[in-house]
Order: sequence, then structure tokens, then C-alpha cells
Amino acid sequence: MIKETLNARRLLCPLPVIRTQDKVKQLKPGDQLEVICTDPGVMQDIPTWCRINGHKVLETKACDHEYSITLEVGV
Amino acid sequence: MSQQRKAVALISGGLDSMLAAKLVMEQGVHVEGINFFTGFCVEGHTHAIRESDKAKPKRNNALWVAEQLGIKLHIVDVVEEYKKVLINPKHGYGTHMNPCLDCKIFMVNKAKQWIVENDFDFIITGEVIGQRPMSQTKSKMPIVSKQSGADDLLLRPMCAKNLPATRPEIEGWVDREKLCDITGRSRKPQMALAEKFGIDDYSQPAGGCCFLTDKYYSARLVDLWKAQGSKDYELDDVMLLKVGRHIRPEKHFKLIIAREEGEGRFLEGYKKEFISMHCLSHTGPLALIDGITSAEDLYLAASIVARYGQGRHAEQVDIKVRDKEGSERTLQVKPLTNEEIPKEWYV
Repeated sequence: MIKETLNARRLLCPLPVIRTQDKVKQLKPGDQLEVICTDPGVMQDIPTWCRINGHKVLETKACDHEYSITLEVGV
Repeated sequence: MSQQRKAVALISGGLDSMLAAKLVMEQGVHVEGINFFTGFCVEGHTHAIRESDKAKPKRNNALWVAEQLGIKLHIVDVVEEYKKVLINPKHGYGTHMNPCLDCKIFMVNKAKQWIVENDFDFIITGEVIGQRPMSQTKSKMPIVSKQSGADDLLLRPMCAKNLPATRPEIEGWVDREKLCDITGRSRKPQMALAEKFGIDDYSQPAGGCCFLTDKYYSARLVDLWKAQGSKDYELDDVMLLKVGRHIRPEKHFKLIIAREEGEGRFLEGYKKEFISMHCLSHTGPLALIDGITSAEDLYLAASIVARYGQGRHAEQVDIKVRDKEGSERTLQVKPLTNEEIPKEWYV
């Protein structure tokens, strides 16, 4: 299992979702990805994207205009 | 047992494409969604930027629709490829800078490429005859099918009965009788169909989901092209046209002035690409200067920025000017009055 970080700061939705989608394609089931963003829309969009594509959200954090979502890649 | 057919549905996030996908799913076809990001179909962006919009829901409607339907959604970044559609649309622009027919042809063509690469059988759109004056008329439907290369693999379930049968219908992949014959701009048939399917929450964006149908946004885009002397743009241009007040005192430069805190924070991210200004002596907005400026231009720009701060009635205001490399200096200016900023400067 590897854990990677994706810097999606300054990108506005849906770009953080697209970058997440592209990154996840390079990972294997069980790998983890932390996506760091500044658009609060990701708090809704990335978990939705995860649900419809079979990935699991492990943690979401919001602090000082930054938002982080950690997901585990599904099968 | 017959093979389960697979279709990709263009999902905009609105009701029509949602219903179109649902009509085909109901017939046992495996449906996945596709959504194209051009840079302009981004209402959520301004919600994300503007502090005053923080209470508005920020959901991406295409993702939301996919979840309601229980289908996968593939969001495809077409920003670079879309430039040639917007810059030189074969079928021209609509009322504003919206190249709707070329856009539809482009997206269906991309969907055609996608079904070939992913071994899907056909394409679904939510188009309705007569719904939109430029791209969704009976005469334009065959143009989209033909020029996109999708031909008879493009099924429009919402108005299929009013169109020639497509291959999915001829081959029996879907039952034509179970498709619809909706025409016109009334939303009542769609609302009735939504009720039948138990869909009671859906997005109905006025004028579609594209910034290019917006009069003011289009005017800013035209201004940008005129000022730079060519029809070209980068994604950052597309974003910045949505943010702040745009004031162009001279052809060779304009100011982008934040209207509130959220916009100011967004513009902060561009301080390495633009000269920026903000008021030191009073509370005031951040502004970016787009273009090449002389000392006189910067003085004029600072006088305009001062007008939008708390020192607008002061005799003198201190404006900090920061260049792209981070060097800073201060200009003392007298704020311009409203009367001294001609209406023609506002973009």
C-alpha cells in the first residue's frame, strides 16, 4: 500500500475531481491518496465521486481555507 | 441470453440528460455518464470564490445526477481541445459568444471516441427538439449526428419518436416505443416524466450551464481578445473573467478589482503573474493589473483602486504596488471620483 498526496490548491471544481480521477487511475486498490484543495466545493464533490466510483473516503479536514480529503482506492 | 448493451450518456447535470439516461437504463442497458469540462460550464467556480455565495450549495450537478442514477461518471478535461471550438466555430456563435452547435458536435464526437476506446455500443444525449434555438432544432439534429461522426449511434431518448430510428432502436437494443416524443420549450413533459421516475430534486439552470451564454461574461471575453489582438486564451483567463470588477482605462491594460474577501483571496493566488495593488492607509480591495504599464498608467490604476476602498473620499491614499517578482513600493494618490471613471472603462 502506498500513500500519495495530490496538491490541488487554487484549482476550482471540477478540476480537483478531475485531477483526483487521473491520479487514482495510476494507483492500485488499497492505496491511499490525500487531496489538498482550496475550493470548499471539494468537500461535497470528491466524496460523491468516490461513492459513485467505489472508493472510500477515510478522512476529511477543513482548516484555514484549506480542505483535505484522504481516500482509499477501491477495486 | 442476449448481450447486455452499454451506452454512455452525456450528463450535463440538468434534468433532460438525467431523464434520457434513466429512460435507457430502464430498458436494461448498462449506462455510464460522461461530462466534459471546457472551463466555461463552471457555475460552481464563482460560488467557490465569492464569500457572499458561501451559503449556496456547491454540489457539482453532474456528479449529483450520476449518484442519483447509480451510474459512474467520467469527467473529461477538454480545455485545450475546446479552444478551437470557441475560437473558430464553423457554425458561428449564438446570441453571445456561445458556439452551441459546434460545442454539441464536439462533445458528441468526444463521446464517440470514448465508446470506441471503452467498447461501449452507443451514445445518449438529453436533447429535445425545439428546446434550444441554436443547437436543438429538428434541422440541427442530423448535423450533430453526422458531423460528430456518431451517425446512427447517437440516440436522443427524449425525442426519439420524432426522429428517424437509430441503430440501437433498429437492432432492438432499446425499444423505440418506450422512448419519448417531447418537443418544444415547455418543461411540463420533463417534469411529468421526472415525477413518474420519482425524481423530485433536479437542477434547472436558466440559460444552460455555460458562461458563454452570459452577456456580461461574453463581453469580457471579447474585450480580452481585442486587447491582446488575437482570439486566444488560457484557463486562467477564463477564470479571471468571472472574478471582480474589470476596468480598462487604456487598450493596453486593465484592472481586476476584488469585490469582496473571497475574490480577494482568489486573486492573491495570481500575484506572481500580475502586478498587484492594495490600499495601505485604508481598508480596500486587492487589484491585479493585466497588461504592460508605464509609471503614469500605474498612477492612474492606483487612483482607481483607491476609489474602491474606505479612503474613497480622502485627499490622499497610500497604495502599495507589488510587481511580479515581489518588489514593493508605495504610491500616494487622490482617489478618482465616480464621475472621473467613464462608464466605457467598465468591461
